[in-house]
Amino acid sequence: MTRTDPLDVPRPDARLHFGVFFQGVNHWTVWSAPESGSQIDPASFRRVAQTAERGLFDAFFLGEGLRLREVDGRIHDLDVAGRPDAVTQLAALAAVTRRIGLVSTSNSTYNEPADLARRLSGLDLLSEGRAGWNVVTTDNAWTGANFRRGGYLDHADRYRRAEEFLTVARALWDGWEDGAVAGSAGAPAWSRPGAVHRVRHRGPQFDVDLAPTLPRSPQGHPVIFQAGDSGDGRDFAARNADVIFSAHGGDFDDALAFAEDIRRRLRAVGRPEDDLRILPGTEIIIGATEEEAEEKKRWVRLQQVTPATALGIAGLLWGIDLSDRDADGPLPKEDPVVTENDGSFGSRRVADPRQVVDRWRAEAQAHGWSLRETVIALGPQRGHVGTPSGLADKFAHYARHGAVDGFNITPYLIPEGLDDIVDLLVPELQERGVYRTGYTGTTLREHLGLREPLTHRSAADRRQAG
Amino acid sequence: MSGPALHLAVELDGDGAHPAAWRRAAHSPDQLLTPRRVARVAAVAENAGFTLITLDDGVLPPGSSPDPVGRIGAVERAAFVAASTSTIGIAPVVPVTYAEPFHVSSQLASLDHISAGRAGWVVTEEELLGAARAWGREPVDGAEARARESRDGVTVARALWDSWEDDAVVRSVATSRYLDRDRLHYVDFTGETYAVKGPAIVPRPPQGQLVVLGRPERVPAGLLDVALVGGRDVAGVATAAAGAGTPRVFAEVEVALDTPDATGAERVADLERHAPWTDRGRLRHVGPAEQLVSLLAELSRHVDGVRLRPLVLDEDLPVLSRLVLPALSERRLVARPLPGTSLRSTLGLERPANRFAAPAALEEAR
Repeated sequence: MTRTDPLDVPRPDARLHFGVFFQGVNHWTVWSAPESGSQIDPASFRRVAQTAERGLFDAFFLGEGLRLREVDGRIHDLDVAGRPDAVTQLAALAAVTRRIGLVSTSNSTYNEPADLARRLSGLDLLSEGRAGWNVVTTDNAWTGANFRRGGYLDHADRYRRAEEFLTVARALWDGWEDGAVAGSAGAPAWSRPGAVHRVRHRGPQFDVDLAPTLPRSPQGHPVIFQAGDSGDGRDFAARNADVIFSAHGGDFDDALAFAEDIRRRLRAVGRPEDDLRILPGTEIIIGATEEEAEEKKRWVRLQQVTPATALGIAGLLWGIDLSDRDADGPLPKEDPVVTENDGSFGSRRVADPRQVVDRWRAEAQAHGWSLRETVIALGPQRGHVGTPSGLADKFAHYARHGAVDGFNITPYLIPEGLDDIVDLLVPELQERGVYRTGYTGTTLREHLGLREPLTHRSAADRRQAG
Repeated sequence: MSGPALHLAVELDGDGAHPAAWRRAAHSPDQLLTPRRVARVAAVAENAGFTLITLDDGVLPPGSSPDPVGRIGAVERAAFVAASTSTIGIAPVVPVTYAEPFHVSSQLASLDHISAGRAGWVVTEEELLGAARAWGREPVDGAEARARESRDGVTVARALWDSWEDDAVVRSVATSRYLDRDRLHYVDFTGETYAVKGPAIVPRPPQGQLVVLGRPERVPAGLLDVALVGGRDVAGVATAAAGAGTPRVFAEVEVALDTPDATGAERVADLERHAPWTDRGRLRHVGPAEQLVSLLAELSRHVDGVRLRPLVLDEDLPVLSRLVLPALSERRLVARPLPGTSLRSTLGLERPANRFAAPAALEEAR
């Protein structure tokens, strides 16, 4: 790619924002290599977070799963699993980092606002304004089996509950007026009388009445992340989120189309179109040369897609147990079966498997691929592969054309998977003027260049936005 | 039992045990909720040689409306403190009257990983109706119902901690298996009010089971490692301790020590002008450090440890640190935790076998 004149692009001043997603689940994390570290040792989390902070990342991001994944009623045993509670782990990281944002994925279905909003507030205070919440929804009874209420929520209501949850959470975060806490021990009361407001909310999902327990942090509210990709999910994000953690970052046209769709939705709800950051999740594989990068990618894919994993992924597509087949042999001859989705990992099957299987067969035949080679080539894909300078050119192009605001990077190795990104890619981006050379703020909201929390905007702001 | 005669725990919530403690604190109220304050007070306790920090909590703010005092969640504070200390045990207070036992279990297991096996759990109850309104749940009404929720919550958390065997992560390159699913177990708990399937989403805590502390009259003794007992005098404590039925017993002791600036009695009187220091039937020592040393020496004949609740942290912790712990250490009544030691080991408790692994091991031995 030739380097474009930075002034001859839609967003010449664009800056990329990087997050790191410590996944702790699924086959993208390589566990079989000698350098593959622990998925639970606090040292792994500290190492990744501190490396990201050295690389001036905006955020360190943890996922969440509230039930161990299963396939056909049996625990999925091929991938990394077993991770800490996100807010708890992040509170520990707040003590050993200074600037990086700390984002927890937490479920709005199997939590209650009084508890979760307070936990996030605590994280926000302990980190002095670096907390974020990636709002996820679940409705299935399979996950509900671990909770008091079981699977109580209708699929159609999952975003309604999330939105009402956010309404209550924001009221709690706004419950203490600024300066509510006394500035001296001689004050008449610990908190100024009348400055702490009870939250009474009665709606379809929540009927609560409580006094919020904490004042606001320096960033006002935790930054809201959202990752849903359905129409409902995108509308939810347009109304509520500060950051979208999207799945549209691998291809420029797809990323741009997604970003434009989100900007349309933002305008429709009266928000400025630069009110939200779009950070696609991505893997980044770096080599000194293109050949070396491709070679490394091949190694990574073979570690990720073991024969058993290839059979597992194909099994999900076909809807049948293929675990006794030969991954190095041809594709199964059977037709795929459409099975019912109970919410477990093993039931996340393609809507129209027939069409995908036909394509896999055609491609496998044309290239002479085995099943495993086919899964590697055509299975779930993501990520960018290249040299530091080539990737920097590409990412600068993405950012300057408004296709992304940055990336949430998923390292394939824990804990050292970020090292070459920080040591090799970040300097190339800085040289191109598309990446910060130092933190200029202290809060996550400042790192991301976000405005005040939505509930703090004046009516005038909102009109201007419209 | 080997080890020191007495283990010392200290409750570090807020500014101290007295509801008006903030008025005598060395910092302004708006510094209470800062990371510096949270880390500093824990560092003082660790450096003094305490075995264990506890951090009180509840869904409702301490301090009565309309004058609430801010409080960061105990689990979040505990995790933050765990990452900024190295030897002291850390036990957040977590009621399970309304909370989800699955979440509580995950949070506490995570805390044990974060602290490399220094975590405990103080089980309490949400007694006020306001807690139900905050959670948006039907009230758990009456002592019996609250005890049931505590019992079920602890039962579930403990089962989940065992739901991963220690060696469940096998990383078998030969078979492509990261996990051995035979070493993961559904807990299949069904109680009167809810059911939990499992397994946990967090691997087994380093200690196997966290150290669980609670009042023996509220939580079944079989679910506790350490009973926290009251009693207004040594005889009362001794009686409560004798009947606790738990592996270890700690006495609750409220302290207001003489400081270079004021006597304990003067400090209590000063704070009583603002609010009463409610009598909760616990031993209370108001006076000089030497008398507290004698009292603790006497208590060491009846209990395994003491949880101190200082009147004002900023005033009493320095006295505890400069006078009380050194004097007890001199008499070899207390010892500071050894680096790299789990809380269980420090307390002389064994690392428990895994309930799910046991049958397999037995079968093999057959």
